[in-house]
Amino acid sequence: MYTTDLRTAEEKAEEARKGVPRSALDTDALEAEFQARIDADAYIEPKDYMPDGYRKTLVRQMSQHAHSEIVGMLPEGCWVGRAPTLKRKMILIAKVQDEAGHGLYLYSAAETLGTSREELVRQLLAGEAKYSTIFNYPTTNWSDVCTIGWLVDGAAITNQIPLCRCSYGPYARAMVKVCKEESFHQRQGYEALLQMMKGTEAQKRMVQDSFDRWFWPSLMMFGPPDSNSAHSSQNMKWKIKRFSNDELRQRFVDATIPQAEFLGVKVPDVIVKNAETDHYDFGELDWDEFMAVVKGGGICASNRIDARKKALEDGTWVRDAASAYAEKQQVATVAAAE
Amino acid sequence: MGCIYQTEENPHFQYVLGLADDALILGQRWGEWLSKGPTLELDIAASNLALDLIGQANLLLEHAAELEGKGHTADDLAYLRDAHDFRNHWLVEQPNDDWGVTTARMLVFSLYQYCRYEALVKSSDAHLADIVAKALKEVSYHRRFAAEWTIRLGQGTEESNQRIQRGFDMLWRFVPELFETVCWEQTLADDGIAVASGTLQDAWEAEVTLILTQANLSVPKGDAHQFGSRHDGHHTEHLGTLLCELQFLQRSYPTASGAVW
Ligand SMILES: [Fe+2]
Ligand SMILES: [Fe+2]
Repeated sequence: MYTTDLRTAEEKAEEARKGVPRSALDTDALEAEFQARIDADAYIEPKDYMPDGYRKTLVRQMSQHAHSEIVGMLPEGCWVGRAPTLKRKMILIAKVQDEAGHGLYLYSAAETLGTSREELVRQLLAGEAKYSTIFNYPTTNWSDVCTIGWLVDGAAITNQIPLCRCSYGPYARAMVKVCKEESFHQRQGYEALLQMMKGTEAQKRMVQDSFDRWFWPSLMMFGPPDSNSAHSSQNMKWKIKRFSNDELRQRFVDATIPQAEFLGVKVPDVIVKNAETDHYDFGELDWDEFMAVVKGGGICASNRIDARKKALEDGTWVRDAASAYAEKQQVATVAAAE
Repeated sequence: MGCIYQTEENPHFQYVLGLADDALILGQRWGEWLSKGPTLELDIAASNLALDLIGQANLLLEHAAELEGKGHTADDLAYLRDAHDFRNHWLVEQPNDDWGVTTARMLVFSLYQYCRYEALVKSSDAHLADIVAKALKEVSYHRRFAAEWTIRLGQGTEESNQRIQRGFDMLWRFVPELFETVCWEQTLADDGIAVASGTLQDAWEAEVTLILTQANLSVPKGDAHQFGSRHDGHHTEHLGTLLCELQFLQRSYPTASGAVW
């Protein structure tokens, strides 16, 4: 998921001023060869030459993706204790565990570009790095956990499938593995909602309420509209991005609306099938809300970061003990060898 | 549901229920660590432990429900009993507190659980023997995990040594309960169905002493006096709040009134 370019216009302008190399004019032989390899659909590997801007963009995108996996554990993890059956509890634990695994996997992939996990986590906690805005919305009923599976993991898959062919080898390979698990996440979420719709009126109300709250934010996961997405073309050229935000968003809406209808939830009136284009029209999204949430507005943003800080602070003595012990073991091994 | 089981009623069922409840409650506690662990790797480890234990609880509760013979499901037993009808040991319902207390609790319990399962592999209850044979592999990993962390914290820093020692000191009063053998358990053991808990104590003590010594920790001293018994439905205060969370949805939206999960 979670890979959309969330930089504000000011940030983009700032980076452009700093001179991220992206013009063909200063391309030397290395850079030409680099681009030629990308054009030939070859993978770029960690030790290969790459332009600075490519490296920076990837570190930002992968770490943002990793942070999203980790922060995303919070709204779902808080329901593990309350899952309604033993089967649902086991599925949810396995899902949250997968997300932790995705985070680790992506941090490692980002580390291949020379930035350590510690530094990336520091950036997250300091508010310097972003994560998907979707996780700044609260999970207020059980149905939210299922809807996250269906819509949020679903949007993630739509975003990530093209990334399986991303030009950076370690990222592309990470995405192949992650996508497999995300599709299990999506199926279990949708299946759990189908079950609830067979239940009582109260349960159906829960499902509708959760669909109403999560549907629009899930569309925002694809990032700002193309008209407002300055760096897209460079990223396309580098094959870090293969489809535009709006293309992916449309693809997601087209897949999701029939699912919503099959599920039996009421879809917003503005959404209508366009007979000419054969796509669903859905009007304008509330970009003010999106930008506000990106900037830390919304009910949960500070809770999420505080929760991550608390986990790390509470665990400091454990990590210190583990390194102290490892050091002692090493000394003991060396002493034994002498 | 809502029935209160008498101590002597259907001992075979109550015995399996006790095994199941230990796994369920400890699994629920491990689930509480998710996304709160000291590292991401430990978040993943905690979720593995939770998954193993809840998986065991699910199988054991299914078996218990069969033995009970009242048409209940595993979920009915997990979600619709009140504290009074839970048969888990007091140790497993104790709060996580910090990583030191959680580790101490896991060492004490997983060594015990391993001894128990190891003996129960030979149970004349073939279904039970099957379940524990599979679970034994998991618990073998659990006790290794707990032992490694006990040693790491015990030998790590001064602070970690104090914190894990505090865990053992706090929880030691719940140890005698693990080895209490009530009459009907002895009868079940004589019939080859159960293992008399008292017979496990020596092996357990030897192992725990070895690990604590290696970890530069002291074996807590002092007699524990526990008032009340899990067999009579007595528990510490913590089980009630744990069940509030565990059972909330099933209680608020009962399956009996048409809810489908
Ligand atoms: Fe994920
Ligand atoms: Fe996922």
